[in-house]
Amino acid sequence: MSNHRINWYKYAAPANFYPLAGKLIPLFAIPSAILFVAGIYVGFFVAPTDAVQGESYRILFIHVPAAWMGMFLYVMMAVYAGVGWAFNARLASMMATAISPTGAIFTFISLVTGSLWGRPAWGVWWVWDARLTSTLILLFLYIGFISLQSSIDDARRADRAGAVLALVGVVNVPIIYFSVQWWNSLHQGATITKNSFKMAPSMATAMFLLLGACWLYSIAVVLVRVRYIIREREQEAPWLAEATA
Amino acid sequence: MGIIKYFATDKYAVYIWGSYGVTFLLMAIEIIMLLKRKRNLARRAEPAAKGRDSQFQTSFQESQ
Repeated sequence: MSNHRINWYKYAAPANFYPLAGKLIPLFAIPSAILFVAGIYVGFFVAPTDAVQGESYRILFIHVPAAWMGMFLYVMMAVYAGVGWAFNARLASMMATAISPTGAIFTFISLVTGSLWGRPAWGVWWVWDARLTSTLILLFLYIGFISLQSSIDDARRADRAGAVLALVGVVNVPIIYFSVQWWNSLHQGATITKNSFKMAPSMATAMFLLLGACWLYSIAVVLVRVRYIIREREQEAPWLAEATA
Repeated sequence: MGIIKYFATDKYAVYIWGSYGVTFLLMAIEIIMLLKRKRNLARRAEPAAKGRDSQFQTSFQESQ
């Protein structure tokens, strides 16, 4: 049994991870493109018009996955940054750096699409409500992480400084998630919970297809970026000259 | 195709177009930035590889 076990530690070395990541990228990128097309098709041509919100609710098919990805990627970034810091694992720190721009983009998308949905639904572009404000703070945390890392020349010192910020900021994620329960909020509560599912099946299908698409897109883009970070940081390594030859 | 007609006429359609437009525009920008990074890396790698070869030859000759 132990003979068949994958040696995960092997892939903690950039030299081993670099070619593996290269092989994995198309396996995530191609299904992501297919899911985007399928999700848009179901969301626009199959899902019915909402009885209350009319057509503008279709914004939620992309708003909800973007918001989930923004939070999920932050947690992943903090975990990788923490592992990189605690175990002095440079690849984990590189993963955290690679995740940050994609997480920031999804958080920005969730804020913009939320605002574009809020105007017709609530009559306002923005309110200083707990959910919206804590999501804005999430965007600032991402921007802070990226700025802090790029302001420090030494890569390992930048990794450690980023890890502190990422780990302190992770407290904001449960605040975002539970904000609609803890405070009176204009933002609605969770539509999908463990015990209830308040959505037409075709609407849920569109949302989950786009969630899958965003998820696979994030993995593909992060793998591409981490390969470039490896190449930038380890440019003197002999293995890299062979791998990129 | 009621939805197509809706997108051509309704005043709120711009919010839906805007949402999906912003999403795909940002994703496209992210991919373009990555391609640019790849080009910069390739440009930087060329002289570095040449330098490494000559350095290797020098040290090899020294060890002879």
